[in-house]
Amino acid sequence: MAFLEVQDLKVHYPIRGGILNRIQDHVKAVDGVNLSIESGKTYGLVGESGSGKTTIGKTIIGLEKATAGRIIYEGDDVTNKARSRKKKFANYNKDIQMIFQDATSSMNPKKRIIDVMAEPMRNYFDYTPQEIKKRVADLLEIVGMNAEAMYKYPHEFSGGQRQRIGVARAVASDPKLIIADEPTSALDLSVQAQVLNFMRRIQKEYDLSYLFISHDLGVVQHMSDDIAIMHRGRFVEQGSKEQIYKNPQHIYTKRLLSAIPDMNPATRAAHKIERQRVEAEYDAQETSYYDPKGRVYDLQRYDDEHYVALKPEEPNASLQNENVGTGGGN
Amino acid sequence: MAVERSLLEVNNLETGFRFGDVYHNAVDGVSLTLENNEILAIVGESGCGKSTLATSIMGLHDPKNTKIEGEVIYKDLNLLDLNEKLYNRIRGNDIGMIFQDPLGSLNPLMTIYNQISESLEYHSDLNEEQRRARVLELLNQVGIPRPEQIMKNYPHELSGGMRQRVVIAIALANKPPVIIADEPTTALDVTIQAQILDLMVDIQDETGSGIILITHDLGVVAETADRVAVMYAGQIVEEAPVEELFANPKHPYTRSLLNSIPHELEDDDDELHVIHGTVPSLQKLPRQGCRFAPRIPWIPDEAHEENPVLHEISPNHKVRCTCWKHFHFEGEDE
Repeated sequence: MAFLEVQDLKVHYPIRGGILNRIQDHVKAVDGVNLSIESGKTYGLVGESGSGKTTIGKTIIGLEKATAGRIIYEGDDVTNKARSRKKKFANYNKDIQMIFQDATSSMNPKKRIIDVMAEPMRNYFDYTPQEIKKRVADLLEIVGMNAEAMYKYPHEFSGGQRQRIGVARAVASDPKLIIADEPTSALDLSVQAQVLNFMRRIQKEYDLSYLFISHDLGVVQHMSDDIAIMHRGRFVEQGSKEQIYKNPQHIYTKRLLSAIPDMNPATRAAHKIERQRVEAEYDAQETSYYDPKGRVYDLQRYDDEHYVALKPEEPNASLQNENVGTGGGN
Repeated sequence: MAVERSLLEVNNLETGFRFGDVYHNAVDGVSLTLENNEILAIVGESGCGKSTLATSIMGLHDPKNTKIEGEVIYKDLNLLDLNEKLYNRIRGNDIGMIFQDPLGSLNPLMTIYNQISESLEYHSDLNEEQRRARVLELLNQVGIPRPEQIMKNYPHELSGGMRQRVVIAIALANKPPVIIADEPTTALDVTIQAQILDLMVDIQDETGSGIILITHDLGVVAETADRVAVMYAGQIVEEAPVEELFANPKHPYTRSLLNSIPHELEDDDDELHVIHGTVPSLQKLPRQGCRFAPRIPWIPDEAHEENPVLHEISPNHKVRCTCWKHFHFEGEDE
């Protein structure tokens, strides 16, 4: 059962201009997105820069305001209520946490780690100082760090360690969902491996869900159960990891997947030809995958839980014909 | 004296940064060669000295706080002996450089045309008309659409991928035989990255220049490089042709790195390989013995050399230290 539902979420920013500084148009950062999150699963959200993936995460946690649409948490409408101090929304605030890309700037440099990590505990639980100390030590242990680390300041740690502290802090309030926005993009390969391993271990231990936002298709494939591919503020394709990686349907998904570097230098040439073929196909078929204004079509069920944003079916044309783009056209 | 020299030769380069009164070497005895018509990738994690190596070759360090020793031989000249004036003739003319951050390497107040033609003005005696033709040619070469209009634009008006193309055009302006590219695609999206890498390979095919490609991304290496040098803690630990390196990695560091690439999970308990410990800081770096030894503590001390050097274990495949012969991942049998 999904505990969090995002329904037709829209986040638009006004563009002002002219002498009267009137609103002339809107940037549609997120334009009609649906998502339902079940416990214990990881949802990958993939897109290139500017696709709106971070905005979705920020809106769920309340750092951005939704223009339209609803966020339902355990049956309650919590849209734009994240900052509310009302008792009714306390659980929502506690149960949804975030890990940021840049661990350094997400910690107060003047606070010791114990205070950085105690903040969510002080907000949501009535712990005694001893209990806080014990809990911080436990959490640090989970992410593979010494209890002594709690008396140090953020700058005394390496990037990977700081990101692990960021993970530990997000877990401190016993959340149900952690929104991880590019948590390992700034890290080296071997350090990234460490952080990803800890994230998976913690997930099993606490039955956590992750909304894993990333542009790195390799990392997303490693972490996720379900994946949504985003482009121009909308989902172009949504489905299980297998469906997206093994049987991509939308031309944009195909293009993204073909751009992942091939780790085998021996097949480099073939991979390049394939990539350029997909790229050419993308250029040629843009009009059949996007509406005349360049907007992504609404998602349609392709099979099972696999949804693809395809051109609405025209009368007498089957979905199958619609898909085989290479055959048609002139 | 008809010995064929490489296009660029780095001999025993040491670059030390001053901390108080002591210099600590960030690049510690690196030797490598670059030939015409090849892409040499230098790969390693942050702090391994790969960017310092590039800036040392270009002579971009503050002489007050750095000490550079060794040789960088280009056309029978040791670049490290040159004074600033002579060096400036080499930079941009013989050695072009592409940096990671295109916005940071472009002047926000100059049009694209002026930025590219600046380098032509400095290094060539083309007249204005010829320069204009060359700028157009370059913009076409790097795949910029509508070059006549784009060259009147300012950097902020272009997308990240376009800016990086402009930076590449500047680096190419004087047809330098050597190009050094420091993380040229790190700031870009995957689809743009693929385009830029294709572009670099195409340009190299056309011009026959030698490219040193510095990156942390093994995917980029696999897609573009001809030869690879893996760096750890200021030293090259393994050097091999690209296919050999990916098919037959030998040094424990290379093998560990390749093993920690995120991949599809086979079962739920499958974990990524994590390298034990952390990279030591410059001041605490052990200068004796195998530098990777502390990260593989389950390998007995006898497996390492006292003073590890690069051994050529098969043609063109070099590995530092002897520990690779005895290496196995923790928990696995030898």
